[in-house]
Order: sequence, then structure tokens, then C-alpha cells
Amino acid sequence: MKKASVFNRIFIALVLVFLYAPILILAVYSFTSATNIGAIRGFSMKNYVTLFTTPELRDMIFGTLLLALGSAALATILGTAGAIGAFYSSKRVNAGISTINQIPVINADVVTGFSICILLVVVLGVSKDTFIPLVAGHVTLCAPFVFLSVIPKLKQMDSSIYEAALDLGATPAVALKSIVLPQIMSGIVSGFSLAVTLSLDDYFIATYTKPATFDTISTYVVNATKGSQTTIKTALWALSTVIFLVVILIVAGSNIRAFREERRKG
Amino acid sequence: MPAIRLSRKNLAIPYAIFLLVFVVAPLFVLVYYAFTNGQGQFTLANLTGFFTDPNTLGTLCYSFAIAFVTTAVCLLIAYPTAYILAGSQLKQKSVLVMLFIMPMWINFSLRITALKEILTFIEGNLARYPFFNAVIGMSYDFLPFMILPIYTTLSKMDRSLIEAAKDLGADEKAAFLKITLPLSVPGIISGVSMVFLPAMTNYVVLDMLYNSTYIMGSLIGSYFAAYNWHGGSMIALILLAIICIFTLLTNGMEEEDSRAMGGARL
Repeated sequence: MKKASVFNRIFIALVLVFLYAPILILAVYSFTSATNIGAIRGFSMKNYVTLFTTPELRDMIFGTLLLALGSAALATILGTAGAIGAFYSSKRVNAGISTINQIPVINADVVTGFSICILLVVVLGVSKDTFIPLVAGHVTLCAPFVFLSVIPKLKQMDSSIYEAALDLGATPAVALKSIVLPQIMSGIVSGFSLAVTLSLDDYFIATYTKPATFDTISTYVVNATKGSQTTIKTALWALSTVIFLVVILIVAGSNIRAFREERRKG
Repeated sequence: MPAIRLSRKNLAIPYAIFLLVFVVAPLFVLVYYAFTNGQGQFTLANLTGFFTDPNTLGTLCYSFAIAFVTTAVCLLIAYPTAYILAGSQLKQKSVLVMLFIMPMWINFSLRITALKEILTFIEGNLARYPFFNAVIGMSYDFLPFMILPIYTTLSKMDRSLIEAAKDLGADEKAAFLKITLPLSVPGIISGVSMVFLPAMTNYVVLDMLYNSTYIMGSLIGSYFAAYNWHGGSMIALILLAIICIFTLLTNGMEEEDSRAMGGARL
């Protein structure tokens, strides 16, 4: 038994090394002036200076964030309203919406992005410079996942409270806002955060629908690796490190909050 | 005179319209473009062209090979990981699980950049092992998506079933093969579907690791770059067909499995 647990620990540790070694080694090298892994150079903050002072990089980062928050917000509104509506519709309408909702979830992003590009840009002639195809693509990517995270909360909800509110004279709109929404809020929040991460991570939909002069982190990084500009290349090491730290902070923050809430309840 | 009452049902209308415009309509446009030529005449040339050209057939085989090996590698790493995590009594278990999921939230292009730098350092020249590198890159990218669903099903599993099996004389191995493994099939299936299809289409991973062999996604990318909407649509349709077949197969397996689960409960 003891032996097995040592083996287990080693196995888990090796998988973690596989997942994190590249990011951590890159993080160490981002604080040096080296341009290749393996080269030994002195400490330097120049990558971080480049990252935060190059307008091109700054625009790309803020553009990506704005796109992610904007399309996640739109997707959350649409997906949540859609989930509530579908949940209270007839069985057939509900099944229809749920089935179509599965298509972008299962479909490859390449196909989703390409098909939206063809419809909007080629057939309807919408210019990519309007950002409409890009935002439409990202909302299409994200909204189905919001829908999927809200539906289970609706199923768990106690429907008699809504009826009681109506009996006590609340209008449907008021009952919806003060009875239904609070009960499904956790689903909406997790749908929104999922939408943000999906948008931040997307490459394929953006590449088929974005304006030529606009880049998300993904499209920028992919293009940068094909080029040979070492200052940009190593500045992206710094970006990777910053994102890694931000993710750690968010995860730690939400864990601590959950822990505190649990303690308060307990 | 409220013509449209804000009832809960009507909330589904915007989302239903959205799905029709951005999910259903693009698919029809894909079908139209796939079966027409530049003059708008009906043609099967795109379809027959794909299945008679040795290059495109080679691409199809190469995509399947990469997807198959990547899925196998992910499964071989993810299953033991999820199994150990689900069975461990560690106090910091939630933190440990979080560590395996966290890479999902770091932009994939930056993670692949990190991996590329490490592989370049180890191998010297990435072009020497293109297939190996592609599999490593894909596994590195998708591993968390395999671990999470398997871990979820394993940790929800009723542990008393294993104890019962052992009381009835099953040894460790028999209990695993007869109880744990069959009950974790739904997790394996959703993990496999989250890895296999992206591995067939995510051509950016190959591009970034200097593997110039095409996979199915790269074909769409190259048709897109050449403004050949008809050829690209046909590839997208073929991918959609593969996705549909794959989904039907896995759904069928899942149904069979839920029956098996019912049997196990009895």
C-alpha cells in the first residue's frame, strides 16, 4: 500500500512537470536577456519593458480583453434569456433550441469560424473591419456554453416560489428579476467566466473573421512565431508569465473566497 | 394593449433567432458552396476531387493518425492521473485538482510557444521529429480536457460498490476491471470527444512546431487564404460529417453504458 502511494505521487508529479515545466522555464528566461532557452544571460527586465511600452503589444492585449468581455457579456445575456425561455417553452421548442445549441459546442472551431465568415463576409458582404463578423463569431462560440451552464440551475430551482410571487401580485417581469435570476445566478456567473476564457483562448474564429489590422493574443502569437523578431518573441515570454500569474491569482482568490464562505456556513 | 407580453417563454425568441442566423444559416451556406462551382452551377467536383486526390486523402489519414495517437497518449496519462486524484485522501486535494485544470485558462498559443522553446532546446532541430512533436504539442494542449471529465465521473462514483465487490471476493484488479472501469466510461467518452476532434483540426499547433504536413484544419486554412470558398466549404462539410458520425457513435456507446450502469446498481 505504502509502495503504491509513493508510485502514485511520482506519477502525479511527473504529469505536473510535463504541464508546467515549459511555462515555468519560460518564466525564468523572461527575466533574462537571453533569446533562446539554454543560453545563460544576466537578469533583465527588458522583456517586461517592451511588453508594456510597445503600442502594438498594448493594443493587442487590450483589444483581446475588450473583445472577450464584450462578447462574453452579449453571450451571457442571449444565452441566459434563451435558457429561461427554452426551459418554459413547450417540449418541442425546448428540444429544438437545445439541439441547435449543441451544434457549435460539438463542431470544430475551424468549421464554425469558416462558415460564419462565408455567410457574413462572402454572402452578405459585411466588411470585417466593422468587427461585426468577429463579435458574432465569438458570441456564437460562447453563448451555447452559457445556455448549458444556466439550464441545470433552472432545473434545480424551486418553481413554487415564482408562482407564489405571481399570486402575491408581482408582475412576471418583477418575479423573473427578483425570484428566478437570483436562483440561477451561479450558473450565469460560471457561464460568463467560461465565455471569457473561450474567447481569450480562441484562434480559429478570430482568424477567419477579424479585421486585417486587429489581432487577438492568439493570432498575434501565432504570427509572431513565424517571424524572426527576437524582441517581440521574448516580450511574449513576459506576456505568458504575466498571464500565468494572473490565472494563479484568480484561482487562489476564488479558492480563498469559497473557503471563507464554507467556514461561515459551517 | 401589450401586444407582446414579457412572458418567460418569449425570452427564448432572441436566442432562437440568433441560433438560426449564426448557426443554422451558415451550415446551409456551407452546403450551397460545397456543391457549386465559381459560376454558381451545381457540381460534385469538390466532393469527388477530395476523394480521388491522393494528397487530400493523405491529409485525411494523417489527421486521423495524429488524432488517434494524441487521444491514446492523453488517455494513458489522464486516466491514471484522474484515478489517483479521485482516490487520494490528501488534504490539499482541491488545490491539486485545480493545478491540473489551470492550464486550460492560459492561452494555448502561449503554452505552445513555451513548449516549442523547450523542444527546440532538447531536440536542436524541430523538423527532425515532426509527427512526434505534433503529438506532444497536441497532448500538452489537450491533456487537461481529458483529465477533468474522467476525474469528475470517478469522484462521483459510489465507492461502496468496490468494497462490495471486494467483500464478495474480487481482488484489486477484478474490482477495477468490473466496477471502476465500466463506470468511468462516460468520462472517458467525453474526454475522448474533447481531444480527438480538436486534434484533427487544430493545425496551429503543427504550424507553430514547424510541422508543415497538412491536417484537415490546414486544408480549410489554405482554401481560405486562396479565397476558394467552394473547396473550403467542402472540407468543412466533410469535417462536419466526421464530427456527426463520431458524435452518434459516442452517444450510442453512452446509452449502452448508462444501461450498464443501471445493471451495476442492481
